[in-house]
Order: sequence, then C-alpha cells, then structure tokens
Amino acid sequence: MNRSIGRVGAALLVLFGALFVNLNVITLIQADDLATHPANRRLIVQEYGIARGPIVVGDEAIASSTPTDGELRYLRTYASGPRYAHLTGYYSVVLQRSGLEAAFNEALTGRPTEVVAQNLGELLGSANRPGNAVQLTIDARIQEAAQSALGDREGAVVVVDPRSGAVLASYANPTYDPNPLSSHDRAEIRDAWDTLRDRDDRPLVDRATREIYPPGSTFKLIVAAAALEAGITPDALFPDEVVYDVPQTTANIGNFSGGACRGDDEISLEDAFAVSCNTVFARLGVELGDADLVRQAERFGFNRSMPYELGVSDSVIPRDLDVPQTAQSAIGQRDVRATPMHLALIAAAVANGGELHRPHVVANVRNPEGELVMGPQEGLWTGAGGDGRPVSARTAEQLRQMMLAAVTSGTGQAARIDGVEVGGKTGTAQTGTTPVAWFAGFAGNEVAIAVMLPDGGADATGGGLAAPIAREVLQVAVDREQQR
Amino acid sequence: MTAGNRAASEAGRDRAPGAVNNPRRIEARLLAGAVVLTALAGTLLGWSVAPDLPPAAIITGVALAVIAIVAHVTVRYAAPDADPALLPLAFLLNGLGLVFVRRVDLAAGSDLAAAQMVWTAVTVGAMCVALLFVSSVRPLARYQYTFGLLTIVLLVLPVVPGISAGVINGAQLWIDLFGMRFQPGEIAKLTGVLFLAGYLARNRDVLSVATQRIGPLLVPAARHLAPVFVASIGAMVIMAQLRDLGSALLFFGTFIAMLYVATGRLAYPALGGVLFAVACYLAYTFFAHVRVRVNIWIDPWTDVQGSAYQLAQSLFALGTGGLTGTGLGLGRPQDVPFSATDAIFVVIGEELGLLGATAVLVAFLLLVARGLRIAQTARDEFSTLLALGLTVTFAFQTFVIVGGLTRLVPLTGITLPFVSYGGSSLLANYLIIGVLLRISDESRGAARGREPRASSPPARKRAVAREEAAAKRRARNTQQVTSDGDRQDDWTDGP
Repeated sequence: MNRSIGRVGAALLVLFGALFVNLNVITLIQADDLATHPANRRLIVQEYGIARGPIVVGDEAIASSTPTDGELRYLRTYASGPRYAHLTGYYSVVLQRSGLEAAFNEALTGRPTEVVAQNLGELLGSANRPGNAVQLTIDARIQEAAQSALGDREGAVVVVDPRSGAVLASYANPTYDPNPLSSHDRAEIRDAWDTLRDRDDRPLVDRATREIYPPGSTFKLIVAAAALEAGITPDALFPDEVVYDVPQTTANIGNFSGGACRGDDEISLEDAFAVSCNTVFARLGVELGDADLVRQAERFGFNRSMPYELGVSDSVIPRDLDVPQTAQSAIGQRDVRATPMHLALIAAAVANGGELHRPHVVANVRNPEGELVMGPQEGLWTGAGGDGRPVSARTAEQLRQMMLAAVTSGTGQAARIDGVEVGGKTGTAQTGTTPVAWFAGFAGNEVAIAVMLPDGGADATGGGLAAPIAREVLQVAVDREQQR
Repeated sequence: MTAGNRAASEAGRDRAPGAVNNPRRIEARLLAGAVVLTALAGTLLGWSVAPDLPPAAIITGVALAVIAIVAHVTVRYAAPDADPALLPLAFLLNGLGLVFVRRVDLAAGSDLAAAQMVWTAVTVGAMCVALLFVSSVRPLARYQYTFGLLTIVLLVLPVVPGISAGVINGAQLWIDLFGMRFQPGEIAKLTGVLFLAGYLARNRDVLSVATQRIGPLLVPAARHLAPVFVASIGAMVIMAQLRDLGSALLFFGTFIAMLYVATGRLAYPALGGVLFAVACYLAYTFFAHVRVRVNIWIDPWTDVQGSAYQLAQSLFALGTGGLTGTGLGLGRPQDVPFSATDAIFVVIGEELGLLGATAVLVAFLLLVARGLRIAQTARDEFSTLLALGLTVTFAFQTFVIVGGLTRLVPLTGITLPFVSYGGSSLLANYLIIGVLLRISDESRGAARGREPRASSPPARKRAVAREEAAAKRRARNTQQVTSDGDRQDDWTDGP
C-alpha cells in the first residue's frame, strides 16, 4: 500500500503545485490589472480618502471636497456648478472624471495617479495629505456675464486675454450640474447621467471647445490677412457687384442683402470688410488661390491641434480646393469649421500685434502650504508648421483698424461701447437649416472675445444677435480692467 | 511556553537516556512557536487599528497558550509517541484563523472572533477527550456500518424539519440545536472516511482481484463493489441536492483515493475519472446552478457586479495584495463576501501577500505530508486507510476552496480547515488531528518497542476488563489467542 500512498501523495503535490503556480500568476502577473480594475472598490475608497484640492476662481473655490461620514470620506461639491461645469467637469464614482478634474487629477490629489494604487505611499505617511489647489485664469464676473448674456439661448462665449492667452471666460449653454454626477449614491448618478445623456439639446457637450461650426463671415479675417500679407492694401479697390460670377460653376455668390455692398462701382477692401461684402471676398479668395488661403488659415491654427489643458476640437479647412470651393470657403461656408475658442484666439492675435498665443485656463497649482507647484502653460501656439506669428505686426495693425471700422460703421455696430476701442467681425453662416451667428472681436488689447449662437432662429445674424452679447460681456471685462 | 519547555524536559527525563529527539519536546517548541506567532500577529493587528495595545490581542495569545498547554499535556499523557508536527501545524493555522476572523470583525463590525476562541477551546477539548478515551483506532473498525449510517443521517439532518436551519447562502447545510448552529456535514466527512476505511480494509482482497471485464478494464465482481458505490454515490447525491458541491467533490476524491490505495489498482482512479467527467457533464446539463458556477469560472468579468461578484472580489483582494500584501489590518475584507468563512484565504492573501498565502499553503502541505507518512507507517490496514482518507479529505478541502477562490477550479462554498470561522469545521478537523495522533502514536510506539498498552485510565480499565473477559474465554475454550503482535486481524470481526 505504501507505493500507492506515495502516488496519492504525488497527485496531491501536483494539485498543490497548481495552486502555487496559479497564486503566483494572480499576485504577480495579473496584480496590476486586478488592483486597478474599475470594479475593485479599493482604488475608489483610497482615492476618495484623499482631501482633493479645490479648483479656484478668484478667491472662491468652485470645486471643493467636503468630509462625509461614509466609507468614501470626501464628497466633491461644485459651487455655481452649471456655470463652470464645462471647465471643472465632474468627479464620479461611476463615471470617473471629466474636464479639469480629469486633466489635473494628479495635481488635485497631490500625487501621481499610479501611486494611489500602490501601498508604499500609504506607508510613507502621505495618506492624509490633502491635494493641491488649482487656480484658474477665469474671471468670475466675466464668466457670470457670459452666462447671463447668453440666457437660455444655445451658444458659447469665450473671452481671452490677448497679451497672454489666459482664458478669462469660457461658457457654453446648455450646461449641466456636476453635483449629482459627483454624488456618492450610484443610483442618483445613473439617474442624472441618463437624463443628461438622453436630452436632445446635449448639455454635456461644451460648445466652446468641443464642437466645430461654420465660421461664416468671421473667416473673412483670414482672407483679409492673406490679402494684406500678399501686399494688397486696405484701400485697394474691388468691383462692387450684386453677384460674383464664380468661375467654373453656375452657383454664383451674392451678398447677404441681395444687392450690391455699397452701391458705387467700386469698394475698398476695408469697407468691404466692414460691411462683410461676400462678392468682394469670394473674388479675393479666388484671386489669392486656395494654396495661399489654406496656408494663411493654417498659420492661424486651422488643421492643427490646439495646445490647451482641456480637449479642443481642431478647426478645419480642406486642402486642394477647386475654384468654386475656394470662393465658398473664402466667405466661411462650405467645409470650413472652427471652434469659438479658436476664433477668440484669432481675434486676440489681431489685437496684440500678430501673436497667436496658446490658450490656458490654469493660472497655477499650489500645494497645501501655498508653494507654487506649477505655473501657467503660457507661450505662443507653435508647432505643426505654425510659428505663433500668423501675420506681421503691420498686417495685424491693418486688420485691427478694419475690425474697429466694422464696429464703428459696419455690421458690428451693436458691439460698440462708448469710450472703448472695440473692434470685431460678425458672421452669419448658412450651411444648415438655421444660421450660425458669430461675433469675434476685442476691446483695446486687454480682452478678445468670440460669441457663437448656432440656433438663433431663421432671421438671426451675427451683427443682430451675437454682437450685443459680445458688447454686454466686453463691458464687464473692460470695467474690470479699469478697476485695476 | 516556559511551562511547556519544562514539561517537555521533564518528559525527556522520563524517557530512555539520550532521547534528544523526544517527539513531545519537539512538539512543545513548535507549539510555542505557533502560539507566539499568533500573539505577534494579533498584536500587530491591534496596532493597525489603535496605537494602544488592545486587550483582545493579549487575551487571544494567552488563551491560545493555555489551550496549547492543555492539548500538549494531554498528548504527552495519552499519546506520548505521536507525531510531533501535527498539533503545532493545527495550532498555527487555527491561530492565524483567530487573528484573521478578528480582522474581519474589525472591518465588518461583526463579532465572531470571541466565538471562534470559545470554539477552539471546546473542539481542542473534544480532541483531548477522544484521545483519552480511544486508546486504539482499530476497534473503531467494528462499527463501520454504524459510521456509514451515521454519515447518511448527518447529511440528511439539515433537511429534517424542526432542526433544519433552512437555506442559507443558497445551500441547506445547517441545523439549529440548543440555540447553536451546526454543520453536520463537516462531521460526516469523518464518519464517512471511518466507514470506507473499515469496509475497504475488510474487503481489499476481493476488491483487488479482478474477475469482470468492462472494456479494457478489469474490475472485481459487482457485489463487492456495490456497498461502497451505493454509499458513496448516495452521499454525493445528497450533497449535490443540498447544493454542497464542494463537499460532494471532496467526498468523491477521497473515495477514489482510498479505493486505489486499498486495492493498488489504477483501474479505480481511471474509472473514477471517467465517472467524474460524466457526472460533471450531467450536472452541467441538468443543474442550472452548476451551469452558473461554471460560466462564472470561465468568464468572471462580464458580470462582475452580479453572479461573479464573489470570485471577482476574491481576485481583486489577491491582486491588490500582490507579493507582500497591504499589511495586516490594511486590506478591505469587507469587500469580499464570506470573508470570515469560505473566503478567509483571500483576506490573508490581500494583507500578507503572496508570501503569507504561500506560507499558509505550505503549512497545509506539511500537514498533508505528515498525514501521508502516518498512513504509510500505520500498523494495520484499517489505520492506514483511515489516516490516508482523512489526510486526503483535508488536502482536497484545502484544494477545492483555495483553487475556487483563485479561479483554478469553479468556486464552491467550503471551509478552509482550521482557518475559517465555524465550530463544526474546527471540531471535525481537530478530531481528524486526534485520529492521526492516535494512529501515529500506535505505530511509533510499537516501533520504539513500547508495549502495546492502554494509555488512559478509563481505557486502561476497559483493557483490563477485556483482558479478564479474554482470560475467561481462554479458560473456557482452552484455546490460544494470538498475542498482540505487529498485525492483528481479528478486529475485522463485527460486533
């Protein structure tokens, strides 16, 4: 019997050997995947055990962590939640993170994301260390003005500081409340999420950065810049036609009014810009050629990804356009698309003498002791063929004057503020069922703005709908500057 | 432990000169190590919760030390030549279990550790009483059919109205008696092995002779095999009905292993393997709950929050623990279902890591190795088969639950011997240790040249009575009875 007992022992040894091997595979090879599996609560409990740093606008924390009695020790709450939702994002046990909560997670927790999954950090005593504060460049008054100026209308307002690229306001309507999504109650999160996701007006989409729209006549900024860079002066004269007979096609281009732009035989470039003359700019586009037009657009950042702390969609202009396409594109129709954030930066580049800054919304990151951990991500928007200088200083000044004229005597008069140098360009793109109304402009060299309303009604125009909103927001921004 | 050492050295003086390898002295040292390790782990756990040394840690250490001393002294008296490693290994696992049951208490707000401490005292006491009163296992063979019947009764008890505790966690395995909850199936493993050992030892000769041919296999006549098959399959069917699949599996494995060792014929494991495969297929086809279990095993990740929750949480715990673990008291046993009972192994794995879990498995493996050694050196066939059966049960039980929790095999609920919370399980396992102690004491004592003797006062009294009865018989029949030699085979005569 001893031999068969030995064999039974050998069989048992094989079984235990399998246990050992399997245990090693789990605890050594699969360990990371298991430890960081979304359904593994340990990670969330550990993460929610950290007093996450606040997101601060001015002196006010717009996102902060408050202690709870529950297993998840800190609850994320958002003061003025909907106003800043597209910036802060949410911080959710079910949906993970979005917005700045996602982009600055490491800063806000005060430690690298991977360390949270490890145990060493706990042993080293960092368990109770609060996270860092993230200070935004946003100005609360401008952000609030943007929200109230848009009211219930769908649209986006972006305000930047032309001198640095700092984002002073970025608001898109409709918006959502991140508080229920950041709850510790899974059912509440799911209910809120399902409701938001199923809404036809898509409140979770940030129209300021995440969607691209046909820029309409605001694209004439690019065409004018290309013309000026090519040596054409603002007082150069063009035929003032009722209809521009586009070569190679029967689909000709008329003006918005249906008639000629000025009624004389000829019109200067500056005047054509001020009154947004389609026939002149379509002709100019064709004369410059698609290569020059696209090159100028790309120097302004089209077809390039924007360096920004939050995700931004790329503005686009197709390359290798034929003549009819070039004519259409020159007045911002056809397949040209841009984000409001991008148009604000283009307006800012005109206002500051031709420098295209990279936008940034985070002013700095400070640790709980108040020491600077990280400064702003400033600089020119370079890379992918751009040098951060889309136009010369001279061209920029000429463009600036043309934009001032457009507000003083052209389509943008509704944006005028007494005693303040306001310039801008309106746009009314008509590719869809309802026109997209635009205004891109500046006040002095301290603020640049883009206002976009994609669904203002059949009669909406940039000058009639977007310019007054820009005025309201610029007024607040200018007052702020003057108080300094 | 000083007391233990002194006891050991005194025992040493009793022995022949030069008895350095006195098993009881070794046992005392190993026991002291097990108790100290438990006390240290308990203290560490206490510190992880509060900076002040909590009294519970001290009480656990002291209580376990007292129980260990009682057990050691009893063994020294009742089974002086028994294997020295059994008791320390059992205490090490039991002590670790106490620490981790308390760990789960701290996390889940339950209060099981104190009860487990009481159960430890009671079940070790039961083992000591058994050692004192059963001076030899051989007479137990006479009661093989009693044990067989008892096994079935124990298995059926949980469905008897009045004492049944009803369906708990999907299985009907518990009874309520005197306000306490028992799992009679745990004891049934012991009685089942007693029955099989008795039956197989008696019939091993006829079972080894193949007279029938089934395909390429030569098997013995059906009438010899029928009783074991009926009893074993009956037990398995009952357990399957009670949804205690883990127990059914380990009972089957034990049965096949014992049949193989009794006959030495590989045809039995081969046939068993085929039967097992057929049973698996049938169970998968006809039982929805088996299908669910198997599907979870194949893919736990599609229903992590639902049916696969327990398995997924077990794997998360082990994966989070990694090589060195989170540290005692720093894991999250509250996330793992049944963390104090079936899943206690992954709590150990999470907090002590691969290293700690491996140490626990090695302790089990050592215990199994000792058990097999005891089976090999046992003085008679019944003892051999008994030791083997109990050891294999023990090993299979460990394999089924640890393999289940680590997704090596489908997960079925079953306790981890000595470590899991539960009085019935502790009782069964300490009785197994008691039987192994007794068998090893008999064989090692005989090897040392010790006179076969009754080793406890009551047993001695009974032995004297038996001796007198035998003398009377001798006087009546003037017939010479074989002396108590190496092998004594008259015990196979039933009562």
